[in-house]
Amino acid sequence: MTLLEAIIAVPIVAAIAIAFGSPTRPTAVAAAAINLILILFAFGQYDLVHQEGAYQLTASHPIITVPDLANPGAEATLFGLSTGVDGISLVLLLLTGIVTLAAVWVSPAEDQIKGNKRLYYLSSLLISAGALGAFCSTDLFFFFAFHELALIPTFLMIGIFGSGPNRVRVAWKMTIYLGVGSMILLAGLVALFVALGGQSLQFVDMQAWADAPAAIASSSLENGIFLTLLIGFGILVSLFPFHTWAPEAYATAPTPTAMLHAGVLKKFGLYGLIRIAIPMLPNGAAHWQTLVLVLLVGNILYVGYVTIAQKRFDLMLGNSSVMHMGYAFLGIASMTVIGVQGAVLLMFAHGISIALLFALNGHLRKRFGTLEFDRIGGGLGKLLPTLGLLFGFAIMAGIGLPGFANFAAEVMIFFGGFAGLFAQEKDFVLGPVQIATMCAIWGVVISAVYGLRAYRNLFMGPLPDSTKDRKLADLTLAEQLPLILLIVTLLVIGFAPGLLIKYLIPSIENISHLAG
Amino acid sequence: MPAYYLEIIVVVLGLTVLMVETFVPLRDKRSLAWLAILGLLGVLVLNFTAVDGSGGDTPFWDFYTADVLALWFKGIALLTTILVILMSVDFSKVLSQGIAPDADADESAKGKQVALGEFFALPIFICAGLMWMASANHLVSIFVALETVTIGFYVMVAFMRRNVGSLEAGVKYLILGALSTGFLVYGFAWLFGVTGSMELPAIAEALNAPDLQTTAALFAFALILIALCFKVGAVPFQLWIPDVYQGAPMPVTAFLSVGSKAAGFVILLRLVEPFMASTVLHDKVTLALVIIAGATIIYGNLAAMPQSNFKRLLAYSSVSHAGFLLMAVASAPTQVVAVSPVAAVAYYLAAYLMMTMLAFLIMNLVRVQRGGENLDDYKGLARTSPFLAFAMLVAMASLAGVPLTAGFVGKFFVFVLALQAGHYYLVGAAVIGAAAGFYYYLKVVKAMYWDAPAEAGEPAAAAITVTWPTRAAIILLLLAIFYFGVNPKCLLSLFS
Repeated sequence: MTLLEAIIAVPIVAAIAIAFGSPTRPTAVAAAAINLILILFAFGQYDLVHQEGAYQLTASHPIITVPDLANPGAEATLFGLSTGVDGISLVLLLLTGIVTLAAVWVSPAEDQIKGNKRLYYLSSLLISAGALGAFCSTDLFFFFAFHELALIPTFLMIGIFGSGPNRVRVAWKMTIYLGVGSMILLAGLVALFVALGGQSLQFVDMQAWADAPAAIASSSLENGIFLTLLIGFGILVSLFPFHTWAPEAYATAPTPTAMLHAGVLKKFGLYGLIRIAIPMLPNGAAHWQTLVLVLLVGNILYVGYVTIAQKRFDLMLGNSSVMHMGYAFLGIASMTVIGVQGAVLLMFAHGISIALLFALNGHLRKRFGTLEFDRIGGGLGKLLPTLGLLFGFAIMAGIGLPGFANFAAEVMIFFGGFAGLFAQEKDFVLGPVQIATMCAIWGVVISAVYGLRAYRNLFMGPLPDSTKDRKLADLTLAEQLPLILLIVTLLVIGFAPGLLIKYLIPSIENISHLAG
Repeated sequence: MPAYYLEIIVVVLGLTVLMVETFVPLRDKRSLAWLAILGLLGVLVLNFTAVDGSGGDTPFWDFYTADVLALWFKGIALLTTILVILMSVDFSKVLSQGIAPDADADESAKGKQVALGEFFALPIFICAGLMWMASANHLVSIFVALETVTIGFYVMVAFMRRNVGSLEAGVKYLILGALSTGFLVYGFAWLFGVTGSMELPAIAEALNAPDLQTTAALFAFALILIALCFKVGAVPFQLWIPDVYQGAPMPVTAFLSVGSKAAGFVILLRLVEPFMASTVLHDKVTLALVIIAGATIIYGNLAAMPQSNFKRLLAYSSVSHAGFLLMAVASAPTQVVAVSPVAAVAYYLAAYLMMTMLAFLIMNLVRVQRGGENLDDYKGLARTSPFLAFAMLVAMASLAGVPLTAGFVGKFFVFVLALQAGHYYLVGAAVIGAAAGFYYYLKVVKAMYWDAPAEAGEPAAAAITVTWPTRAAIILLLLAIFYFGVNPKCLLSLFS
């Protein structure tokens, strides 16, 4: 068993152990901690200098083989459990490891668990395993399969442990959206597989086929497949206008599920675009670039204004997470190396910061039972100083203040967006990407508005009469630790983004058809 | 050993069960079921040692084939029958109540176990029919095998004769089944008229001949397709399915749902193949199959959504799975492909057997011990019987096509085939259908996991007891669903 297979196996084994009676919380936290160490170990094993082939730490267990058409007599792998990482997946693995540890560590409100602790921790671990498996797989079948593995646990978590009056409706809405999205995605992925020769589901082989001249017979077929994939992945990443499931689902979900789903699992769709759709269908990507740009401006501006209008903190967070996906799409749609680097870094930074915000959201809900700005009424800075401090960090990170990883990522995305400005030597060109980038920069203002307003409405000002006499416990040290883990990660990467970017550069330069 | 010994052994086993029931005074007639299960398990083992003896020069081999496909479906028939008899053991209490002269006289009925022996013997004869059907490659033997099965089912569907629902189901099944048989025979007559032969290999040759009467051949195909669509429950001939499934005794529903459908598809594969291979007819035949498959997927999935009776829900689900299977049948490959339609159908049916039988085993327990088969009867099952709830969760996930289960691999291959054949609209319909499937299968999960259990004291609040053979069957099916969901190789390699 290789390191990567161990990383996938640890949460699954822990989940099975919990199902058979192992103590819930200690097992879950231990598994997440071991996994984070293993992931850091994988960073150590990854060879930045001698990069041969697209993936490292690879292992392959062929399941179905077919006769190789190119070399008669030899066998080609149709599909199998293949694992491997490059810089992009490595960064996302780190994200998953950190968020998982924080998510199972954040102590849940007791009434949320309703006596079924096993299912609660087991589902969280399975969601994490699904994300880890999807990021490690270099086989289309398992790439899709691992992501879907997380669907049922998410459904159970929101339905059983969700809060709010609408949890049934919200859980159905999310499940139907994700079900439709993943079925469209499946059709698109299978169509891609068939179009690329129908001989192998291994990424390496499919990419080799895609790089051959005139790999896909007709351009309308290529465009059609890319559009199908874009809709499929787009629903999973909550691309405008397929985003309406996300804010409500995150507001309703129990804290660890919201952290894992908004922080990690949602990045699967973006990862799929970078890993599969763009490199394997470059002409399709170019064809639909304008459409993507229009939709992502919808994400940033339309959903941005929707976010400002929210009266509840949890819904505001859910909407803001949808909005920030627009930047990641912009980085990808810019089709430049630095833009895609920024997109991956933003996936990391946003994953950590949104997990942090949802953890704080859970602590507030536990103490107040409501998250409406009007009912909480402000002034909490006096009552809960530590919570207020950590909250300040989280909000600033979400806005994208320099010093946090989010800033580095967004700046790189904007650089990528403007990269084409002087592409032609004689004059500057204001193409669709540049126009979209200019719109997107306004998003920074929007997120400052809602972020700072949320901070003011919750923590500034005098204490209202309703909370003045209440004795509310500030965060204990045990509650602070997972939050501090997340904040430190954001700060470290914010000050030294090179730590991750040096892993990203070679892998992203490998993606053909990106402008330098 | 030659494959046809298997059918002979199964028939002898059925006769033995009947004889033992008649001449041996048994205190508990359920021991007949164990006799039957042990015998069928033995035949299942022998099935692996059976050799393809076809091609001999005796006339027998004009009627009978023992290729991989046939042996595969014989295995499916045997496994289904074993599980059905196992369910019948758990179900015998309810069955006796439905047969006893006075349904309220619970105590006296329990002692008598009226007609239980036949209920264990009939599935064995049906099984022999199903196994023969898998091997039939002559129009006459196809027809005779099919009727053996269908007549057995007529009796079994209406077995609970004091139960109005069961009787209604029996009458419906009888009338519509007889009608479809009429279509089948008429179609065979036309096919014989067009090709001048009753043997499938000769028919395939004749359909490729240049002087073929295309219209007459297509008419024959239409009649045969109508009849087979009745058998497998494809739109627009699916009307009998929900009522018959709901009314029939639970083990019989399971048998109909898996055994009857599998046999219908093996016949369909064998009869459609010569038409698909004919260059003149290929396009028209494909078009008809594509339209039926699309309509079946859409109708089955959408109609399943509002159902609140679990048996009815699974009835529509079985319609929708027939649609996915037809999708594979309609996708004859045009290039070198990873899987052939035959392999995909065979794999899909094996997966369908595992997940549907798993669901029925648990439904059967809930029906007997909680006294109901509505979704409301499953409320809070995760609290009272977590093991059963988990098994049902896996069955539903697999039916919905969640990856890492056998059901997903089946769907995956069907998608690959359909896209390779260029049926883009059909794939669009399948996406809609599969997405709708998530809703109604998860409705069951919702009832088990989200909803609060009944108040203490009500029958639904008690934990469900599971006997060890049933528990073993459930665990084996669970493991099989996961194993074949990750590693479909050992099943598919048979067909390469």
